[in-house]
Amino acid sequence: MTEAPTGTTPARGTPPPAAIAFFQDRTCPYHPPTNYQPLRDRGPLAHVAFYDGRRVWAVTGHAEARALLTDPRLSSDRQNPAFPVPLERFEAIAETKAPLIGVDDPEHNIQRRMLIPAFGVKKIAAMRPEIQRIVDGLLDRMLAQGPPAELVSAFALPVPSMVICSLLGVPYADHEFFEEQSRRLLSGRTSEESEEAGDALEEYLAALITRKEQEPGDGLLDELIADRLRTGSLERGELARMAMILLVAGHETTANMISLGTFTLLEHPEQLDRLRTRDDLIPDAVEELLRFLSIADGLLRVATEDIEIAGHTIRADDGVVFATSLINRDGAAYPAPDELDWSRSARHHVAFGFGIHQCLGQNLARAEMEIALRSLFARIPDLRLAVPAAAIPFKPGDTLQGMIELPVAW
Amino acid sequence: MRIIIDEDMCIGSGQCVLTAPGVFTQDDDGFSQVLPGREDGAGDPLVREAVRACPVQAITIEDD
Repeated sequence: MTEAPTGTTPARGTPPPAAIAFFQDRTCPYHPPTNYQPLRDRGPLAHVAFYDGRRVWAVTGHAEARALLTDPRLSSDRQNPAFPVPLERFEAIAETKAPLIGVDDPEHNIQRRMLIPAFGVKKIAAMRPEIQRIVDGLLDRMLAQGPPAELVSAFALPVPSMVICSLLGVPYADHEFFEEQSRRLLSGRTSEESEEAGDALEEYLAALITRKEQEPGDGLLDELIADRLRTGSLERGELARMAMILLVAGHETTANMISLGTFTLLEHPEQLDRLRTRDDLIPDAVEELLRFLSIADGLLRVATEDIEIAGHTIRADDGVVFATSLINRDGAAYPAPDELDWSRSARHHVAFGFGIHQCLGQNLARAEMEIALRSLFARIPDLRLAVPAAAIPFKPGDTLQGMIELPVAW
Repeated sequence: MRIIIDEDMCIGSGQCVLTAPGVFTQDDDGFSQVLPGREDGAGDPLVREAVRACPVQAITIEDD
């Protein structure tokens, strides 16, 4: 595909600007890739090139993103052959049926409605004491064993991993297995590795479901077995795949927010100091960190009809990628967008997406981040990086953003 | 002003409750509701922000 961007007419003799490669690595773990700057300049929509040369629309404007993410002509159906495959390593799993995230309404709505009660604002508020207990226990252990500590494995990953296990009714004793498979699924080296990891997770959860049918527990999976599987409104394979998505989405995302959030706070001491004296700012700080860090940077859709937007025409079968790190730093929506500032209203960011697919677990994630960050800096006020910031490895641009390791001391 | 929530559209994101907790709540199943007696918005300037925050535009305002 080498044609000029659809719907735009470059001036005669002026070649259309070359499409920018997507995804690219960040240069600083909390800023969008500097190589995306031309996208920001060309916005609110521009063509980018995926690994296979396919041209896809990248959306970078905040108003346009909100309009498009609620447009039913943009589909999440991964089984649509025109659905964009963002990475070579996802080729083998590209058309795997993915409940919730990979389907459109009405199918999506039926699946989501089965889960909404478990993630409601009141249910999550009731989980706060348990989240606090988990956070306190991990900090007790870290303080007893350190300094130093490696914060990803000692804190950022186990917090959401323990919480989602408790919510779903998955034994935390199996965490090394499912954390490793999640990592291979999302960030493995090859297509085969991603596929194998996905199959291993699905088999593990299918076996767990069978075991729970004999010996029920009190998690969300147990409720779904009793209310949906036994009544025939949910098929066994669909439940296993749904459980897998909840398990992976429930720990990988928040773990990255905690690790990258901590790193970002340590690199912005004046903002951190404001939080120490103003505990009531923590919810605003979490919202601003969600906007600023945009760890899920590249939400995918495919157009099912032509869509006119901002002087462009997205044609049916065109792929669309939402660059959340740029959308959340659109100067038209957020003044001085590259500054971290708890005083701004970060409201209306799209870090959790927007439209019918907006993150199901967003209020659980907010509670975890608030409790984890508040307790971490309250218990260890002199927390610091154990090595220079530039020496700390962070994740490549083609997966969820966050720290690979976070060596800290106090 | 009268606030109407389309319960079939609501996806339980809780954005309205976070934005304007003086006017919105969720029922025990996680779906949004207007707090009893606040159907007129109770003069809360955040109601319109809550409408904008709803990811599925399930909230509409009928002005008098």
